Amino acid sequence: MAGALIEVTSLLFRWPGASSPCLDIERLSIDAGQRVFLFGPSGSGKSTLLALLAGVMTAQQGSVRVLGTELSSLKGRDRFRVDHVGFIFQQFNLVPYLSTVQNVLLPCRFSKQRARRAAETHGSPHEAALHLLDAMGLGASLRKRKATELSVGQQQRVAAARALIGAPEILIADEPTSSLDADARQAFLELLERQCDRFASTLLFVSHDRQLATSFDREVNLPAINRVVPEGFDG
Amino acid sequence: MKHLLILAIASAWNRRFTLTLTLAAIALSVAMLLGVERARNAAHESFAHSISGTDLVVGPRTSPVQLMLYAVFRLGEPTTNMKWTSYEELAQNADVAWIVPLSIGDSHHGFPVVGTNIAYFDHYRYGLSQPLALAAGRRFEGLFETVLGAEVAERMKYKVGDRLTLSHGTGEFGAEHADKPFTVVGVLARTGTPVDRSIHVSLESMEAIHLDWQGGMRIPGLSIPPQFARKFDLAPKEITAALVGLKVRGRVFQVQRTINNYAAEALVAVVPGVALNQLWGIVGVVENTLLLVSGMIVVIGLSGMIVAVWAGLNERRRELAILRSVGASPVAVIVLLALEGLLLTTVGVALGFGLLTVLSLAAAPWMQARFGVVVPAWPGGAEELMLVGLVFAAGLLAALLPALRACRLSLVDGLTPRL
Repeated sequence: MAGALIEVTSLLFRWPGASSPCLDIERLSIDAGQRVFLFGPSGSGKSTLLALLAGVMTAQQGSVRVLGTELSSLKGRDRFRVDHVGFIFQQFNLVPYLSTVQNVLLPCRFSKQRARRAAETHGSPHEAALHLLDAMGLGASLRKRKATELSVGQQQRVAAARALIGAPEILIADEPTSSLDADARQAFLELLERQCDRFASTLLFVSHDRQLATSFDREVNLPAINRVVPEGFDG
Repeated sequence: MKHLLILAIASAWNRRFTLTLTLAAIALSVAMLLGVERARNAAHESFAHSISGTDLVVGPRTSPVQLMLYAVFRLGEPTTNMKWTSYEELAQNADVAWIVPLSIGDSHHGFPVVGTNIAYFDHYRYGLSQPLALAAGRRFEGLFETVLGAEVAERMKYKVGDRLTLSHGTGEFGAEHADKPFTVVGVLARTGTPVDRSIHVSLESMEAIHLDWQGGMRIPGLSIPPQFARKFDLAPKEITAALVGLKVRGRVFQVQRTINNYAAEALVAVVPGVALNQLWGIVGVVENTLLLVSGMIVVIGLSGMIVAVWAGLNERRRELAILRSVGASPVAVIVLLALEGLLLTTVGVALGFGLLTVLSLAAAPWMQARFGVVVPAWPGGAEELMLVGLVFAAGLLAALLPALRACRLSLVDGLTPRL
């Protein structure tokens, strides 16, 4: 599977204390530049898989390789994650007391690589943040506002800008549209697509809403590749 | 580091109302700790400076501490006296530059009466060799004249020209020498020493008021009016103690040995500095208890900070998790919370200093009047710096404990939706 950006092989993960595993995936690979839609009902292990792909947790068995690096044996997984992966969370996870711009700049504060890439494209991380906010339709009047003073839609776009700053190779979006209405959802997806194209980022979009799948290059049905049925999950 | 400091400040500002209470607890405990430390130093200094320039305190054989207590601090009652002849012989010693007799035993409303002579005003020194000064009036010259210490005059509202009577013994309600009143002829300037609480009369006056007394009781049927007192021999027969200044200070131990071996009477000579240290050693238990209590208050204040940070962690789990998810390493989270703790401690200590300064300045007149000691308003020496250092270290530790917990929890909190 040469050229795969994310490559999962013989993955077996069991939560501590659990008697049976919740994920047993023989193989999953995602190529560079692909826009992948990962779906499955609640409780099917989507977020657990994301945590494993991000190196937040490590599996008891199997291999998770991201950008050719085996995460289970990698010492600086935190640094690796921030250097190469942008996250958009379901609840957006903005820091409430920071301004819009300060929130977008956060990854550049902790990753020199992201800061350098942002500076290379826009002169400085701050300029890159302003540019991204503009591209997301968040004008100058919103830049100094605190996250708590923004609407849900605005918060979501700030979260996307934060995930994209410094052009990470991988963008993971964990059910970011779940609190939006249909029109806003479609508009956000289009915006995300454009920005991913611009930065050549690989997108792994997670949702339980299969209607969204048409906007993506590829669909991955997690229950179909997961060989275990999690406890309390009927299907 | 700069961005972590900015984050710490922004986060603290976001929780300013909760943190204000924590700050108040830290500020109060720091003010208390430093206040006790400064009061302790001031008391020690005032104690050590009660007498200076005196090479030996001489009295009847007793413990050095007890002699110092009644001769210098005018506390307690001497059980025996030394003979006036011994005093006179000591005054003739070739090494003695000056000698001041002290006769203690009577009182006025609880203030001790000191019988002495003019040499007292010439040679008594306190603080850094400061002489006694008159705030009003003059020294006593004749019989039944008195010079009051500053606190006596202030508390009893006496002024030059007023008259007062002395009580027999040191109790507040001893029998009055009512038939022989004294006239206030002078008031001494404040010294911050036991002199302020003393009523000074001449030795002859002391003899005069006891002419018709024997064994601590008025002789029944005998009353000698004050105008006839001069007709009697008023030369003292005994005194309580004597303060001695030497011509050459280096001779102090030879003279002390001579006095301690004096054959005609059992006497003891005490070097004030040595006895003061012994005495302070006894008082030191109280001093250490005070320090312990204020230390406990700081511990309670900092515990409040730990509790506030710890309790706040739950509401901050999400915030810390977000920071972890956007790349903050565990070390960065620890540094962030440590910076926050340090920031809190710094502001708390600064507020504590400020509070103590304001309180010290405001309470200075009352402290001086009530206790004869003033808590300095300005930062003290190395010990105070050490205490502040300890508070900072404790503050840092108080912040690190929740920080360690936070960094263990935070990443899983942030990247999985199980909150």
